[in-house]
Amino acid sequence: MHQLTIAELLKGLDSKAFSSVELTQHYLDRIKQLDGNYNSYITVTAEQALAQAQAADQARSQGEHALLSGIPIAHKDIFCTSGVKTSCGSKMLDNFIAPYDATVIEKFQQAGAVSLGKTNMDEFAMGSSNESSFYGPVKNPWNTDTVPGGSSGGSAAAVAAQLAPAATGTDTGGSIRQPAALCGITGLKPTYGRVSRFGMIAFASSLDQAGPMTRSAEDAALLMNVMAGLDEKDSTSADKAVPDYCADLNQDLTGMTIGLPKEYFGKGLNAEIEHSVQAAIKEYENLGATVKEISLPHTELAVPCYYIIAPSEASANLSRFDGVRYGYRCEDPEDLYDLYTRSRAEGFGDEVKRRILVGTYALSAGFYDAYYKKAQQIRRLIKNDFVNAFKEVDIIMGPTTPNPAFNLGEKSNDPVTMYLEDIYTLSVNLAGLPGMSIPAGFADNKPTGLQLIGNYFEEARLLNAAHRFQLATDWHQQTPSGL
Amino acid sequence: MSVEQTDIEKIAKLSRIRIAASDMPEVALRLNDILAMVDTMQAVDTTGIEPMHNPLDASQRLRADIVTETDQRELLQQNAPAAEQGLFLVPKVIE
Repeated sequence: MHQLTIAELLKGLDSKAFSSVELTQHYLDRIKQLDGNYNSYITVTAEQALAQAQAADQARSQGEHALLSGIPIAHKDIFCTSGVKTSCGSKMLDNFIAPYDATVIEKFQQAGAVSLGKTNMDEFAMGSSNESSFYGPVKNPWNTDTVPGGSSGGSAAAVAAQLAPAATGTDTGGSIRQPAALCGITGLKPTYGRVSRFGMIAFASSLDQAGPMTRSAEDAALLMNVMAGLDEKDSTSADKAVPDYCADLNQDLTGMTIGLPKEYFGKGLNAEIEHSVQAAIKEYENLGATVKEISLPHTELAVPCYYIIAPSEASANLSRFDGVRYGYRCEDPEDLYDLYTRSRAEGFGDEVKRRILVGTYALSAGFYDAYYKKAQQIRRLIKNDFVNAFKEVDIIMGPTTPNPAFNLGEKSNDPVTMYLEDIYTLSVNLAGLPGMSIPAGFADNKPTGLQLIGNYFEEARLLNAAHRFQLATDWHQQTPSGL
Repeated sequence: MSVEQTDIEKIAKLSRIRIAASDMPEVALRLNDILAMVDTMQAVDTTGIEPMHNPLDASQRLRADIVTETDQRELLQQNAPAAEQGLFLVPKVIE
């Protein structure tokens, strides 16, 4: 059962080949048996999962068919789940039991999905390797000496190791697409505002966006049908009609124009990744697409721009963790100032503290114009590059990452080197566009990702292009050994 | 621009994060690495470019000013490190 996609599992449940309780128990057994190798889950909610599965089976026997009725899903531990620990990968929230559900969680419940538990992640979603988690690093199922990517590394590893048919993730600078690429799965970051951020612990509010991490583009479409839509509880969620993401999956690609940004194929790109991306583009030409070279001239500025904007927003968002109302509090505080400064020093890890300090500096009197305002101006230049490109092309493609998965510990002491791994994904968040990563081959026997970038709210086009590629190739069906 | 120890002490105070003296050199090194990287922005002429706050240039939706939340004090205070009689407890602020 664990080899099946969600589309296949839904058929199996419909035809009574297995029940949701059997399916859920199978996944719970696999997690128990195998997750010691990967550390992809922080919390497994076995009892609740089986109760939800039982309810789904009952509903199904009475002829009710919610979109994902009886399908087990894992959720990144950044989504608040009522009555269940929601840690965000941090010591700060190790004791935090969410008092309410995130909108995304509520939507999956309404769709009849079963929640297996909460997946590991970089602390407060800050990281590209999952090594900053308070709960220890996640290991890449393809090679357990390497990182799974981050920050949604637990979700990516759980799907790759078949410890969940699909998982939710969030993406602030590449945190769905980069781990999807490094773990050989499919991941979609929707347009900013497409999916509600309510109950999703905030990192950088103008960049954060939730999306699906799956085994196929078709499964990502099934999850998007559940996740997307306006939410009155999120004042930045988009008031825009949601299409049926499964409707156009099979549409012919003849006449589609693909833009290849020349800046994405320059120095720093691993040769085998470049080769796999070029081979994928060839496949798209076989499928009827035409290819055009384009330029996104401000690409290199995405890294500095992002590393001012994201930390600035983070420094404001994370000021709520004060040791007073919830979360970690230090022992025996001398006074209120000591309580704040020691709780935060002891409750946050190094990378989170570093970003709070950088953000505080960028926003402080005398430096605001030189850093924060400057970064916001450059952000517009980066967006304008894409707006101009989409006048000429329908979709942009390139590598998701410059390198395949690196070794655990290899970059963890050098933040700037780690930041540069996100060069191809950051600008998509800065511009607010939808982006996707799908498996496209191997480099050094490690999975590589092809990144697809669409115009605003054109997730359906990305899913269509990804699905057609997956019908013609089998990269997405490759699995790590030892499962 | 690079930061000295006194700058970091000021930022740490604004951030309400204690930094042990023994950690200071490492913190300074990493912050200066990051600031050196972001300083490449300064070479770009951004005269007349409107800063972008929201990727869709959208402004936030407002709702009617009516009470929608119910009282959930007890539920919410279950996560408090120290609470009594519906109040959050902190060290004495006024002598």
